[in-house]
Amino acid sequence: MKLFKTLLLCTFALGNVFTAHANDGECQKHLQSYNQSIESNTNYQSDFNELVCRLVDASYQEKETLINSIVASENNKALLIIESLKSADLFYNKKNGDVVTRKKLENGKYQATSILSNEVLGEFKKRTLRKVGINNNLRRTINGLVAELQISSNDVSLRESAAAELLKSAEISALPLLEKALIKEENEKIKEILLTARALIYLQSDDQLARIEAIKFLDGSLYTETRNGLHAFLNRAKQENNGYAKVEVQLAQKTLDDINELMKLNGVLENVYFGVALGAVLLLAAIGLAITFGVMGVINMAHGEMIMLGAYTTFVIQQLMPNNIGLSLVVAVPAAFLVSGLVGVLIERSVIRHLYGRPLETLLATFGISLVLQQAVRSIFGPLNQDVQTPDWMAGTFTVNAGLELTFNRLYIIIFSLLVLAALAVVLKKTLFGLQMRAVTMNRPMASSMGIKTGWVDALTFGLGSGIAGIAGVALSQLTNVGPNLGQQYIIDSFMVVVFGGVGNLWGTLVGAMSLGIANKIFEPMAGAVLAKIIVLVAIILFIQKRPRGLFALKGRSVED
Amino acid sequence: MTISQTQSPKLGPLATLLVGDKGGQRLLMAIIAVAIIFPFCNLVFSPDSIFHVSTYTLTLTGKYLCYALLALSVDLIWGYCGILSLGHGAFFALGGYAMGMYLMRQIGDRGVYGNPDLPDFMVFLNWGELPWYWFGFDQFWFSMLMVLLVPGTLAFVFGWLAFRSRVTGVYLSIITQALTYALMLAFFRNDMGFGGNNGLTDFKDILGFDLQSSGTRNVLFFASALALALGYLISRFITTSKLGRVLVSIRDAESRTRFLGYRVEHYKLFVFVASAMMAGVAGALYVPQVGIINPGEFTPINSIEIIIWVAVGGRGSLFGAVIGAVAVNYAKTYFTGAFAELWLFMLGGLFVLTTLYLPKGIVGWVKHIQEGDGKAAQWLALLSHKISNISFNKGA
Repeated sequence: MKLFKTLLLCTFALGNVFTAHANDGECQKHLQSYNQSIESNTNYQSDFNELVCRLVDASYQEKETLINSIVASENNKALLIIESLKSADLFYNKKNGDVVTRKKLENGKYQATSILSNEVLGEFKKRTLRKVGINNNLRRTINGLVAELQISSNDVSLRESAAAELLKSAEISALPLLEKALIKEENEKIKEILLTARALIYLQSDDQLARIEAIKFLDGSLYTETRNGLHAFLNRAKQENNGYAKVEVQLAQKTLDDINELMKLNGVLENVYFGVALGAVLLLAAIGLAITFGVMGVINMAHGEMIMLGAYTTFVIQQLMPNNIGLSLVVAVPAAFLVSGLVGVLIERSVIRHLYGRPLETLLATFGISLVLQQAVRSIFGPLNQDVQTPDWMAGTFTVNAGLELTFNRLYIIIFSLLVLAALAVVLKKTLFGLQMRAVTMNRPMASSMGIKTGWVDALTFGLGSGIAGIAGVALSQLTNVGPNLGQQYIIDSFMVVVFGGVGNLWGTLVGAMSLGIANKIFEPMAGAVLAKIIVLVAIILFIQKRPRGLFALKGRSVED
Repeated sequence: MTISQTQSPKLGPLATLLVGDKGGQRLLMAIIAVAIIFPFCNLVFSPDSIFHVSTYTLTLTGKYLCYALLALSVDLIWGYCGILSLGHGAFFALGGYAMGMYLMRQIGDRGVYGNPDLPDFMVFLNWGELPWYWFGFDQFWFSMLMVLLVPGTLAFVFGWLAFRSRVTGVYLSIITQALTYALMLAFFRNDMGFGGNNGLTDFKDILGFDLQSSGTRNVLFFASALALALGYLISRFITTSKLGRVLVSIRDAESRTRFLGYRVEHYKLFVFVASAMMAGVAGALYVPQVGIINPGEFTPINSIEIIIWVAVGGRGSLFGAVIGAVAVNYAKTYFTGAFAELWLFMLGGLFVLTTLYLPKGIVGWVKHIQEGDGKAAQWLALLSHKISNISFNKGA
């Protein structure tokens, strides 16, 4: 994708080189009317292009007025121009005075692009392009102007980052700018940031009333800067003892405590969210196993490899449609279901069919199959991890409050896993196939004598479980590395979930997955990731002693061995 | 087995054990032969001679012998009591770590950092002093005690909990797997004080003898063979005793055995702990020969591989387990060297084919062929009789 973009850009740029006309500079045209007006000494309205072109020959003082006029023109190029001026990226062509940005080429020459028209003006020697110089005084002016331009920009994200910048610095000198921006601002979120920034500035003022108002405003504000500001305020109160009243110090302390309390709650919420997300991953990985192991009683050690096959299917489909990553993911879900499902049916018909009623032998045979599948994938795709791309809509965060941001990809995984669970529940409870499946598990000879082809039901059930593992693979390809060992990482966790939740019960799987996920994430901050996992494993081992058949055990005669 | 009960009292207890166990007799003879011939060929013949056994081959075979002992311990619980442990590699590794800790302490101040008390990795991690659980490991007798006690205690606690609550079958297999997985994660942690993912290595000597010298290697090899022979005899003793027959009945019908009044969990616990100790000894002999022990030994895959050795050799036949372990590992060494890509295909295929077509392993297959010959002869006789009958009837 990236390669494709650069290619496109390159052809675009090349085309422009040929159409570029280097002799007559564009600035010469822009400056014509200006030069005439100087000669005739008439008053006239300068246009933006002309202002920019005049920067080239201007003295530092003239530059300052020019820059101010450029900003005042509210042209949307203004920000770009003064920012490149500040970072010393603005050049001009010595021969015709065109204002350009430059890029070094491989042949040692520089490619100049007009800052006004965005046209590529061709290749130049280093000497031809001169820097448009500034001094420290100008730099200071520009800094102020950049903030002002950004905060009044039409682009919401630019305004937001400028506001965040103001919040971070919280300098008293920025107050007028802030007030000006506050009047115009309509976006609630940015307004909130600006108001917080203003309160933080007032917190530093000498006016006690203003300080108290500021502290009152800051109550419940969850920005990091708020806490830092309050800390700084309390430190100042301790050190200087310069007229800070006891009341306001107590108030500030209380506000800070409240905020910390809220942050703690946020932390817990975030952990729970992470836990639910981990639970969703476990659920996806285990749900297929709940069918093959839970319903059929087959210990399918190749289950992890079914997940891996699903992930590789995603990879292959992305390779087939490289321009449409988002769509490829949607296509990959049924494709992975089919690939893993078919492999599952194949395994059932060729191997597992002969081993029913011998769970331990099944375990060994399927383990053998898992080794073969792993090596097959390694031989075809190579031992390295494959690069599976994430579509843009998976990235990004969902802001609950200033201190808590939840990532979208976890949210999607949670929703997706619940959808898969629901779909599976519908298949099991509401379809003829589900009915036959349950009948065969409950009483095989009876089901057979009612005309159900038990052999095929077995094959399809196994296929269903494997197919769902494949779907899990699609989701996991977005979260972890896709390599031949992908399945290995999840097989033990999946078994833990099914055993913990109770065999043959989808609810058990859901509850099991969620409790393991949340428990893991709750222990993690206290003990570290690895120790948390060990604690959970030991807890499960102990739990099994108490309830040997899991959380939601099936009852009745058929349960006995 | 019944023969041994009715033998004349002239035979010693050892011989009584082996009566009626042709495979075992041959196996023990083979082990003794190997234990004498290999070191002899290694020490006496010069490297140019065709009779010379290189130290590499010797060490490799020593490794196989340790694996065989491990397989024996798994067969004892799986083949004779129906406990499929997917975590037996953990006991093997624990025994190995106990030995590794002794060897680590033997390095003394010859490590990279030259610290007389602390192993290199502890100095590297800025540990001030030896953790309490490392005390005593500078003594050989203490370490050897730990080789038995650490796996034994873990097996006792785990087994006591699991068997008492009647966790059986698949569930037991999966929690044993969880056990070894948890231990693997734990040993990978640097804070545990077992060297993290590098494990324990760079051993120098054992009981004052240089580990690299061929003399020490020969002694270790001989010790492995001896341990395997002893392990076989102990296993044979357990399985032929009255207790062994209770174990088999637990394997075949646990509930009925319980109804007959046997405390099933006690029997299971005994054999589980004994098996874990055997696995620990195997691990302890393995470590000085390969020169390293790391948390990789705890991976669940390793434990499943042990099961495969037993399944290939023949579950429920003690010498079958030994044959399986040696055969599979020899094949592994050969194929990973010759066709690295193919090995996993072959191993995987082996599992599938063994479970499908050789449910009793190599031993069962050989027996089937031997018995099959007899049956085929009977069947032929029957057939010819019928044919002659038909022709007779026709004639009449």
